[in-house]
Parts: sequence; structure tokens; C-alpha cells
Amino acid sequence: MFSRSFAEAAATSSSEKQEKVFGEAQVTEKFKADWKTIAPNFDMPKFPSNFMEVRPPVPSTIPAKLTVNFVLPSQYEIKAKQVDYVIVPATSGQMGVLPGHVPTIAELKPGILSVHDGTDVKQYFVSSGFAFVHANSVADIVAIEAVPLDRFDPDEIRRGVQEYTQKMNSAKDDLEKAEAQIGVEVHSALQYALGIA
Amino acid sequence: MASGSARPGGTRLAKLLYGNVNSYLSSGAAGINGGGAVWGSTTGLSSAELAPFGARSASGQIVRNRMKSVKSIQKITKAMKMVAASKLRNVQVKAENSRGLWQPFTALLGDAPATKVDKKLIVTISSDKGLCGGINSTVVKYSRALFRLNGLDGPDKDVKYVIVGEKGKAQLQRDSKKLIGMYFGETQKSSICFTQCSMMADEIIKSNEYDAIQMVYNKFNSVVSFQPTVATMLSPQLLLGDQEVTGDLDAYEIEGSDTKEEVLQNLSEFQFACTMYNAMLENATSEMGARMSAMENSTRNASDMLDRLTLTYNRSRQASITTELIEIISGAAALEG
Repeated sequence: MFSRSFAEAAATSSSEKQEKVFGEAQVTEKFKADWKTIAPNFDMPKFPSNFMEVRPPVPSTIPAKLTVNFVLPSQYEIKAKQVDYVIVPATSGQMGVLPGHVPTIAELKPGILSVHDGTDVKQYFVSSGFAFVHANSVADIVAIEAVPLDRFDPDEIRRGVQEYTQKMNSAKDDLEKAEAQIGVEVHSALQYALGIA
Repeated sequence: MASGSARPGGTRLAKLLYGNVNSYLSSGAAGINGGGAVWGSTTGLSSAELAPFGARSASGQIVRNRMKSVKSIQKITKAMKMVAASKLRNVQVKAENSRGLWQPFTALLGDAPATKVDKKLIVTISSDKGLCGGINSTVVKYSRALFRLNGLDGPDKDVKYVIVGEKGKAQLQRDSKKLIGMYFGETQKSSICFTQCSMMADEIIKSNEYDAIQMVYNKFNSVVSFQPTVATMLSPQLLLGDQEVTGDLDAYEIEGSDTKEEVLQNLSEFQFACTMYNAMLENATSEMGARMSAMENSTRNASDMLDRLTLTYNRSRQASITTELIEIISGAAALEG
């Protein structure tokens, strides 16, 4: 009991010192006291950080492997996997992330995300999202849609490019033109990604 | 609290069912004893439903009707339980798959529920349909507590509720109608999807000014237990300015649009949509779990009650037969004598 309260006290004092611990709710003593006065009959609510998976601490030397989390709304595509490096489609250009990369927040654009582990390369086409690289050599990639490259049908893409190019040429107003342009861009990015002309 | 057994499901239904049972039982007994005078006061039934004084079989009729209605209510609750169970399975898979989505944001931006701000939105996620135990009153209670918590620092704080779900609105508008900034209903007509959640998030961000958003929802733990959870999200301005709450965002290089502000704004909006998606799914899963156990309880209650009613019915029938026999026998004996 005593050791636990001691540990709690230590945790709060460290958060006051701004040594941020990954995935720990910064619940101050004042908040706890306030909560007691406001709602004496309810337990403290939970906080999302209570349910976080534990993040590794920042190591003193650069680790050999990069830990990658790749999440989509519908699934956990890659969960804390150790890989050599990843290449993400940032809005400022393709960005390679190796272990020990400088902490970065990057916005993503439609393009190829590739995960390299030895000779094993897995490629996805992502729609958009964000990538965070942390100081502890963990890369989090959040995307809305991602599809492995091998699931695309080259014929369908060629047809799509033709269709949208045609639509763009015959567009009557700006809206139609913009829609067609998005179609052309996505399909030609896919065409480029798959290496088909 | 967190167990979600706050109000064991179906209490309300059970009350409906049980409300008159005792009076039925006593009226049955009264009928047998021929004490007709007690009827009006104990049963609360209209006089049309009551048999005239001395009519013995009528009490049996009433109990039989009651047994019939209990039986059909039991059928309904059983069916609702089955439906909830099958819906639970689908939504639970979705909720578990979406649990990775908010974690990168929390790891990056931290989780600071104690942040003091001037303008706060409390997003209460509740369900559209009732009969699901205590999950809606739980989120409403915690939302109210959060609201009062902000009032501690002075009266000039601007706090508004944004409500998702019919039931939360029904409870909150009783005392804080003026504080409800926005309301979304019928979000679960078709199954919850990311597009829908991001549109809702967009709408909330567009039409409200805020410094922080606190989202209250029930996190699914198991079919019988859920945990009221508060997720805190800060506005881009706060993320940019306040290093105390977010930790060392400065240590991060920012790649993307032209300015840091723009990226942080996109980031904060994306975080809101992602958290909302997970929260909606968790809450929907808790709802189905709570409904399932609530309906299971009511089914059990109904069958208990049916047993008791059957017993009373048989006993009173037997008693009246015995009485009749005694009457006949004693009549015959009197004639003989």
C-alpha cells in the first residue's frame, strides 16, 4: 500500500517536472481533490491513456530496428513490428524513416507507403493521414484507407485513367472538372506505383 | 460503479410487471375468502375488471390473463436479447479493431484531463434507444460532473454540451436545456463508419468555438461491465502555445503544409475524428452488452414471476374446488341429518 502511494507520488512529481511519460494521464492532485468535492459518489472516470499499450522509453543508443505501428479505422494493419525502415508519402515528398530518425510529424498525401524488413518489402497505397516519428524510434502511421499494392488490378487502373481523362475533357463545369481531376490524379499515382504505363 | 450494473437491467420492466402482482395475489385470496370489500383498495383495478362479489372464478381469470401477458413479455425480452447478442458480435469486432486508431495521438499529444480552459465542449456520447441498463445515465452523470468541475474556477467559463444520441439529450435537457450547443440523433441507423464520424466532428468544429473538447463515453470492457471514460482533446491554438499540457511538441520537426499552425490544425481535427470514431464504437458495444444483460435479467424475472403466478393460480383453484366439495358434502350431510 505504502509503496503504491509512493510510486503514485513519484509519478505525479515527474509529470510536474515535465518529464513526459508516454501514455500516462496527467491527472494532478488538484483534479483528484476537485473531483472528490464535485462528485463524491462516483469513481474517477477512466482516461484513454489508461488503456494505452505501453510505449518503450527513449533508449540511450540508437536501436537497430524501427518499431512501426500502422493503424487504420477498420484494423490494426501493423502492430509494434520491428522493421529496418519505412518510406512514407509525406506531402513534402517521399520520406524514409530509419531507427534514430529525428522526431517528426508528417502529413501524408496519396501515395505508396513501403515497409522494409530485410528482403521482405510490403507496399501499401494510402489515401492520406499522418505519420509521427518519436524519439524512441517508434513510428506511428495513421491512415484512413490503405490497400496492399498487390490487390490492385492493372487493367482496371488503365481503364480508370482513360475514363477520367475523357471525363475531364468533356467536363461542363468546374465541379465536374475537379472531380475528374481527382480521379486522374489518384489513378495515375496508382499507375506510377504499379509501374505500368 | 464501473461495472455497469448500476441499475440491473430491466428493473423498470420488472416494476411494470411486479407492480400489481402482490395486489393480485391478495385480491385472489380476498376473493376466495369472500372479502369483497377489500378489492377496490388493494388492486387499483377499475371496477369493470373486477368480478362481482362472490364470483370465485373471476380471480382465477385475472391471474390467468396476467400469466398470459407475462409470458408474452418474456418472449419479447428474449427476442431482444437475441438481437442484442447478434448485434454485439459485429460491433465488438469493429470496436476492437478501431482501438489502435487514437493511440498515436495520445502518445504524441498527451492526455491532460485536468487542463483549465475558458471555452470547453463536453461531447456526451449516448444511445438512441433505451432498455439498455444504466449506460446513458452514467455518461450523463459524468458529463454533469465535468460541467460542475469547470464551474469551480469561476462563473465566467463557457462550457457547452454536444450530445450524440437521443437518450442523453432526453436526460440532459431537463436541467440544462440552454447549455446544449448541438445534438446528433439517429447515428446508428446504418452501422457506424469513419466517414459519418468525421462529418460529425467537422460539424462540431465548424459551429463551435472551443479551447478543449472532453468526450464522455462508455468504454466496453465485457458484456456486463463498461467503464465511463473521458477523452480530452485540445484546440490547435492550445497545442501551439501551452507546453505545460502537451509536452515537448517543439522537439518534433513538422513536415507538411506551409505553416506549423496549419499542420497542427489538421492534426487536432484528425485526432478528434479518430477519437470520436472509437468512442462511438465503444459506446455502441457497451450499449449492446448492457442491453443483452438487461434483457436477460428481465427474461429471468418474467419466468420467476410466471412460476409464482402459476403457483398462486393452482393453489386458489385447488382451494375453491375444496371449498365447493365441502359445501356439497356438508349440504348432503345436513339433508341426511
